[in-house]
Amino acid sequence: MARRRAHAKSCRTRRGGPLSAIVEFDSVGLRYGTGAEVLRDLDFRLAKGGFYFLTGPSGAGKTSLLQLLYLARRPTRGRIQLFGQDLTDAPRDVLPDYRRRIGVVFQDFRLIRHLSAFDNVALPLRISGKSDAELEGPVREMLAWVGLADRASARPPTLSGGEQQRVAIARAVISQPELLVADEPTGNVDAEMAARLLHLFTALNRLGTTIVVATHDVGLIARTPGAQLIRLEKGSLTDPTGSLRNPPMGAQAR
Amino acid sequence: MNAAFLAGTEAERRLLPGGTLRGPTPYVIAIMTFAMMIVAAAGLALANAAGVVAGAVEHRYVLQLPDGGGGKLEAALRTSRSAPGVTNVEAVPEDEMRSTLEKWLGPGGLGNDLPVPALLHLELAPGADAGRVGAMLSRAMPGSRFIAEQATVQPLLGSLRALRWLAVTLVLLMAAATSAAVVLAARGALDTHRSTIEVMHGIGATDQQVALLFQRKIALDAMVGALIGGVLAAAALLVIGGGGLAMANELAGGPPLRGSDFLLLALLPVAAVALATLVARFAVLGALHKVV
Repeated sequence: MARRRAHAKSCRTRRGGPLSAIVEFDSVGLRYGTGAEVLRDLDFRLAKGGFYFLTGPSGAGKTSLLQLLYLARRPTRGRIQLFGQDLTDAPRDVLPDYRRRIGVVFQDFRLIRHLSAFDNVALPLRISGKSDAELEGPVREMLAWVGLADRASARPPTLSGGEQQRVAIARAVISQPELLVADEPTGNVDAEMAARLLHLFTALNRLGTTIVVATHDVGLIARTPGAQLIRLEKGSLTDPTGSLRNPPMGAQAR
Repeated sequence: MNAAFLAGTEAERRLLPGGTLRGPTPYVIAIMTFAMMIVAAAGLALANAAGVVAGAVEHRYVLQLPDGGGGKLEAALRTSRSAPGVTNVEAVPEDEMRSTLEKWLGPGGLGNDLPVPALLHLELAPGADAGRVGAMLSRAMPGSRFIAEQATVQPLLGSLRALRWLAVTLVLLMAAATSAAVVLAARGALDTHRSTIEVMHGIGATDQQVALLFQRKIALDAMVGALIGGVLAAAALLVIGGGGLAMANELAGGPPLRGSDFLLLALLPVAAVALATLVARFAVLGALHKVV
């Protein structure tokens, strides 16, 4: 309780300043247990409303970085600010409020197997307290948008990989998050659906949502004008190569 | 705990599938509730019996005279009746004393030259000074013994009280065992639904929202279990109580269980459900605190 009060006080004192960045990493490091650091000295800021691709070879630490972004892990060192608040040591009971402002598309979808596609997509709205009557329309609309209007009552095990991925994406964006974090969102869909998903992300971005997409899909990056790139190698940010545009704001190589 | 809490919404029920009676929890709670009610009923009956026995002899005393002959019995009766605080005095008739002694000494064992002891039952008013009465009678009748009947039944009362506390201890131990079973069930349910919890946490569910789902599930299991255990225990008590009621009435001067006892027994299943729900909440919240 004391930590929560201290956190609230810290939030009040910060609110007065301008908030140009939605994410700020300051010398962030992450290690699992007693192993070597999987992320090292990450210093970068993501601007509000920006569109970012996170790339790097397998094992570079992309998923770990995304986990820090969607507050599934705490860094082992350094500071992380999200939405203008330092959440590095924030008490765990304040984290749900921030998580509700973040949409996440997990690499393995993480759909709840025993819930229908409709219930999976409706979950964030239910958690935030929306009634069945309030969420019925938006969920149907979202399912229609991802092309699954006729699969609303299907359960994940009966859906194809691509369909599951679309349900996962619909669930991530249904509550119009301020920050959308997607881990390989087009990994299981065909080119047409990938284009539609990218269109959805772009539309959300135009509405003000900050998008961070981890991907190996160079085509996806090429089709997104104005997107910026964060490249990870062996847990560290690297300088963008000549083929990549718009390096992330404040990114520093170490 | 109300009906709305137990029912939840349709969507909440879908989140944690698996109806009641699927896992071991309802059966464990049914067995525990059954055993708790039977043991508690036995403990209450023993407590009542101890109370009846203690109440019956609380103000009763015995005056023993080594020799009641030669008008000593009549003198003892007069002196006892005049003692302050004595409300009633009854002498055991000499014939009765002789027949009792003959059981020990055999027929004809009690000759005419052997003195027949006398026995007087005295009842004192509540608050009367028994020590003063005893001292007065001892002075008036040297060689007599003034004995509180409570002292005679003290070993029996001690045993009854010990059994009552044993019953209380057993009920508490069974409540602890029920709690342990609920903790295990809650942890099992958490493991089974770990992926659901991770997703819920990831999209902003609070610990309270997650805990409520498990609390509701275990409360429903506990309710079904407690109902089954309670009904079986009530049936068992009716069968046992029905058979022994007449004897118990005669021995204890009343029914072994009173209205308030039945109320207490009826509250045990409710307490078991409340305990299970509370323990489930703490177990789930404790486990959730270990994740980010």
